[in-house]
Amino acid sequence: MSDVSVSLDKTAGAPDIAGGMASPGDFLALLKPRVMSLVIFTALVGLVRAPDHVHPVIAFTALLCIAVGAGAAGALNMWWDADIDAVMKRTVRRPIPAGRITPKEALAFGLTLACFSVGVLGLLVNVLSAALLAFTIFFYVVIYTMWLKRSTPQNIVIGGAAGAFPPMVAWAAASGSVSLESVLLVAIIFFWTPPHFWALALYRADDYARAGVPMLPVVAGGDETRRQILLYTLFLVPLALSPVALGYAGIAYAVVSGVTGAGMLWLAFDVYRKRTGDAAVAAARKLFGFSILYLFLLFATLLAEAVIPGV
Amino acid sequence: MAKANRKVAGKAGQGAGKPAPKATPPVDGVVLSEQQKRQRRARSLAIAGVLGFLVLLFYVVTIVKLGPNVMNRPL
Repeated sequence: MSDVSVSLDKTAGAPDIAGGMASPGDFLALLKPRVMSLVIFTALVGLVRAPDHVHPVIAFTALLCIAVGAGAAGALNMWWDADIDAVMKRTVRRPIPAGRITPKEALAFGLTLACFSVGVLGLLVNVLSAALLAFTIFFYVVIYTMWLKRSTPQNIVIGGAAGAFPPMVAWAAASGSVSLESVLLVAIIFFWTPPHFWALALYRADDYARAGVPMLPVVAGGDETRRQILLYTLFLVPLALSPVALGYAGIAYAVVSGVTGAGMLWLAFDVYRKRTGDAAVAAARKLFGFSILYLFLLFATLLAEAVIPGV
Repeated sequence: MAKANRKVAGKAGQGAGKPAPKATPPVDGVVLSEQQKRQRRARSLAIAGVLGFLVLLFYVVTIVKLGPNVMNRPL
């Protein structure tokens, strides 16, 4: 683990220029809706696959609280990272660097949503799921955003755990407990995160370097990043097949996981081989795009097996 | 108009050499533009909608948790 000195001053909490200029849509953008949709989907799978039946209204409440909690974490992340968001092309149009929302408004919004989501989940569903949601938000905001992201190239490896917890939170909401299967769902997302984000970081390395974020390509170089992507993918694909071996998933999942896993390995090898020029960028982009489809198909198949008889 | 003029003239006559009455001081506090007012209204409506939804959610979940016989009771 190497430390990289961050060149930018931390300016979160900078004085308000002017508040009261934002529309509800701007506040919605703070919640990172695309990330929220992935969280909702993986949480839905955890909810459905839990062994105990849960009333649809309670299930809806649990999903809503998990989604809002994830959004709150996103808002607080945008509050803290407003300074680096302002210098990265990918994030410069976000509400705070674009001047539509002040840092204080984002902080208040994020904290309010975090407290409400955890509180409502605890009151209307159960305390275990609320505690897990609170831990998830804490992990993402404090451990990942405030600490790891700017201090280590292993930031998204460890911090990625926060994005992996929603299925377990939903499982706990439905069943009142956690189990090996819910831990497996978390593990699949956890080991999927590094190849997914490092593929992005390979072709966005300049952006991260400008912002002083020690992503692996910036700190250790493209070759080492490609090696790590391949190693994680080699571990991820058999892990993603393990629900079949353990009896949690059926033939449909085995086929989908096998085929898409082969696709991930192929693309990871492609990224490993192509190291320079436009071919390298194209390979990284393909892997990034396919990794989203891969995770979606894995969880969609698990969902289908749980709700469609005979699948 | 003539009365006003006489009043002014009278005052001028009485107050020769005195300074003219002071102008109204500028308005204090925050003055919102029309766009800011519209956005504030939109935010207020959004907050009201969310709070109303929360009330409904708590009501429905309470009914659910009370169980299927909640309406089945002797009056």
